[in-house]
Amino acid sequence: MTPSAVLVQLLNGLASASSLFFVAAGLSLIFGVTRIINFAHGSFYMLGLYLAYSLVDRFSAHIGFWPALLLAGPMLGLLGALVEALLLRRVYHAPELLQLLATFALVLVIKDATLWCWGAEDLLGPRAPGLGGAIDLLGRRFPAYDLLLIALGPVLLGLLTLLLRRTRWGTLVRAATQDREMAGALGVNQAWLFTSVFALGTMLAGLGGALQLPREPASLSLDLSSVGDAFVVVVVGGLGSVPGAFLAALLISEVKALCVALGTLHGFGLALPVSKLTLVAEFLVMAVVLVARPWGLMGKAPSSSRHRALEAPLQPSGPGLRASAVVVFLLLASLPWLSAGAPYVTVLAVDLLVAALFAASLHFIMGPAGLHSFGHAAYFGLGAYGAALLVLKAGWPMEAALVAAPLAAALGAMLLGWFAVRLSGVYLAMLTLAFAQIVWGITFQWDGFTGGSNGLTGVWPAAWLADKQVYFLLTLSAAAGGAWGLRRVLFSPFGYAMRAGRDSALRCEAIGINVLRVQWLAFVIAGGVAGIAGGLFAFSKGSISPDVMGVGRSVDALVMVLLGGVQTLSGPLVGAVVFTWLQDTVARSTDYWRALLGGVILLLVLAFPMGMVGFLRDAVWQLRGRPGGGAR
Amino acid sequence: MSGGACATVAAPLPAEVLLEVRALDAWYGLAQILRGVSLEVRRGEVVALMGRNGAGKSTTLKALMGLVARRSGAVHFQGRDLSRCAPYQIARAGLGYVPEERRIFSDLTVLENLEVGRQPSRTWADGSAAPAWVPEALFALFPNLGERPGRAAGLLSGGEQQMLTVARTLMGNPYLVLLDEPSEGVAPIVVEQMVHMILALKAQGVSILLSEQNMHFAHLVSDRAYVLEKGQIRHQAAMADLATDESIRRAYLSV
Repeated sequence: MTPSAVLVQLLNGLASASSLFFVAAGLSLIFGVTRIINFAHGSFYMLGLYLAYSLVDRFSAHIGFWPALLLAGPMLGLLGALVEALLLRRVYHAPELLQLLATFALVLVIKDATLWCWGAEDLLGPRAPGLGGAIDLLGRRFPAYDLLLIALGPVLLGLLTLLLRRTRWGTLVRAATQDREMAGALGVNQAWLFTSVFALGTMLAGLGGALQLPREPASLSLDLSSVGDAFVVVVVGGLGSVPGAFLAALLISEVKALCVALGTLHGFGLALPVSKLTLVAEFLVMAVVLVARPWGLMGKAPSSSRHRALEAPLQPSGPGLRASAVVVFLLLASLPWLSAGAPYVTVLAVDLLVAALFAASLHFIMGPAGLHSFGHAAYFGLGAYGAALLVLKAGWPMEAALVAAPLAAALGAMLLGWFAVRLSGVYLAMLTLAFAQIVWGITFQWDGFTGGSNGLTGVWPAAWLADKQVYFLLTLSAAAGGAWGLRRVLFSPFGYAMRAGRDSALRCEAIGINVLRVQWLAFVIAGGVAGIAGGLFAFSKGSISPDVMGVGRSVDALVMVLLGGVQTLSGPLVGAVVFTWLQDTVARSTDYWRALLGGVILLLVLAFPMGMVGFLRDAVWQLRGRPGGGAR
Repeated sequence: MSGGACATVAAPLPAEVLLEVRALDAWYGLAQILRGVSLEVRRGEVVALMGRNGAGKSTTLKALMGLVARRSGAVHFQGRDLSRCAPYQIARAGLGYVPEERRIFSDLTVLENLEVGRQPSRTWADGSAAPAWVPEALFALFPNLGERPGRAAGLLSGGEQQMLTVARTLMGNPYLVLLDEPSEGVAPIVVEQMVHMILALKAQGVSILLSEQNMHFAHLVSDRAYVLEKGQIRHQAAMADLATDESIRRAYLSV
């Protein structure tokens, strides 16, 4: 490792930091004012890159390379303003997680719109005129364009600081970031402020994407990867803090660059492949920062729970609900005989039940415990991999491995939960995401043990369970048992303590409940049940890959829970069934299933801001003359 | 700019009536807090809303400002119906709100806090100029603030923060200020300053509707009073009469 190589890597890090900052600054501004966690921010970045490709391709001969490239920024800003005014404005009063769901639906729609416009092939743009070459640095070559990027980061920071500190608009933005209701009561038109902030943030994301044109190809996978990176930067820097985002972008990019520069470290007779850490480096940084500084490097504790919606208490099951649960169970149990001629029905039904159990476990921690988990797939994956590895590597019988699956998951939940329950809100969500990504990264990289990206094959159930219909009955018993068990816990003293801790941690502590311990245990229970679902999943498919614990699966589970409604216990079950069935049906009927799915989710969010089951419950209450609607 | 589509023209009020509230209901979540509150404030008046903790005083002010999730009833202000308006539209119609919990923007400087509240100056219906404020005039009224205009508001003392909240609302040049519990939780010296401030505002032609539990304070500043209990108006009287009416005080106000 020569000093010049390290220097080049550090400069590389600076260039990446600038790119990251463009995306993260906008995301942070938008979150600060609107409190919306905008999943679609990375999609605007991706769109900026694609748009710049076409603009440069068409117009650079007429108006020059730079004007054509930079035009992508304002165009994205305009799109952002439209999205905010037409869509997001309708969901500001919905629970924050539902807003998240709406922006995730946007991700799906934008991805397919991009696929439709530009095709599936990666597109590489031309070099920037005059900056296409490389310069000589201590005998090494360094791209001249990256020097421009390195300079642009601080320039943007300076401009944003001026805008926020020296203009009336900036003053209003900072005021609304702190207390938007009070700003409204002083005559500040939030709608206009939100639209302008959203447009600015989107424009920055678009510009960030456009500036990558000479550097990397436009690709359809950039949306989620860039928004993932930007989330980490924003959380590490402190939500809503632009200078914090800059600092975090620098920190993370440089840590990654150092991992690459160091290659493999040798010491104590061990070889540690540091360069392989790049996949998880940012999440490790985030985990360390959040444990040490729960609100990020330059963030502040959220002012209060002033905007928190009231949760209606859970309703104990009446005789009607119990009877219908029994009827549904009996109907499901007779499914193998009812669908004897259509074997696919049983296969799909296993998927639905696994999804329902997984969603129920996520709901348990999100709804009644009030702890938002964005990385629930980690426990699903730990269950699946735990069971598969016990069978394949340790030679355990399948039945024993299935029983051990929740233990593996619960162990993971116990480890993370200890840290996680000390955070709340978005920070908690991000730490759970970080944990899931670290587990995913290890699984993905550890070829020798987990099979790496290829995963594990030959994970089959025992002979007596090999028949799909018998396996369905096993899954049904486990799913029904799991859902019933979770329900029992919620109506036990422990469940009361959990819900009380969600509603007021302070009062709970004052009457002698150890809230952190209750929440920790809730984490472990939820993780364990997710592990059961993971184990069942592994043996139903025969093979697993790191995808089982990817971000996608965590997001799917979130969508299921939110679609069904967080406030009711049957919500996640209904949401899981509807979502999985939709995905299965839509995916088989069109190439553009994502857009269709996104469209359906958007419609559902706009029509049922309280979730489907919440909507039905409110409708029933209205009919019976009970005060409906609930608190906003 | 001011008002917007929410404000329909209401039946003209007698010129001296600034605010007329009829049958105002308000809810927090599923619980109804206000039941048919009716009141009025005339130009140049200081009116007190009195009642015990939880009687609905603060909720009345919040409901007038559009800060509760659900409300119904008529709110006529300066000839317009504000009952369907968003808070920012109500503020732009010339109704100022000073919350009890202060809610200053602690990251912003004193001057920046004032800037957030700034609105164009107004005229009365007859074309004469309504009370208008600039930071210099407010600093004359609140000298403590004038000494440290560049200081982060979060670093001010409790009393100074209280003054900043009032000054910030005045930057909107309101016709009428809703003042929530001005004497609550501040030092006696600050209470005294609040009395002077309210009388100074009144002298400038600003009307005030304040919520108050402290009879002594209300008596010093108010012309009239309404007494609230369980979300309903139970009594109204000239302040001087109320202050001497033992039976009303015992029934609705004493602890």
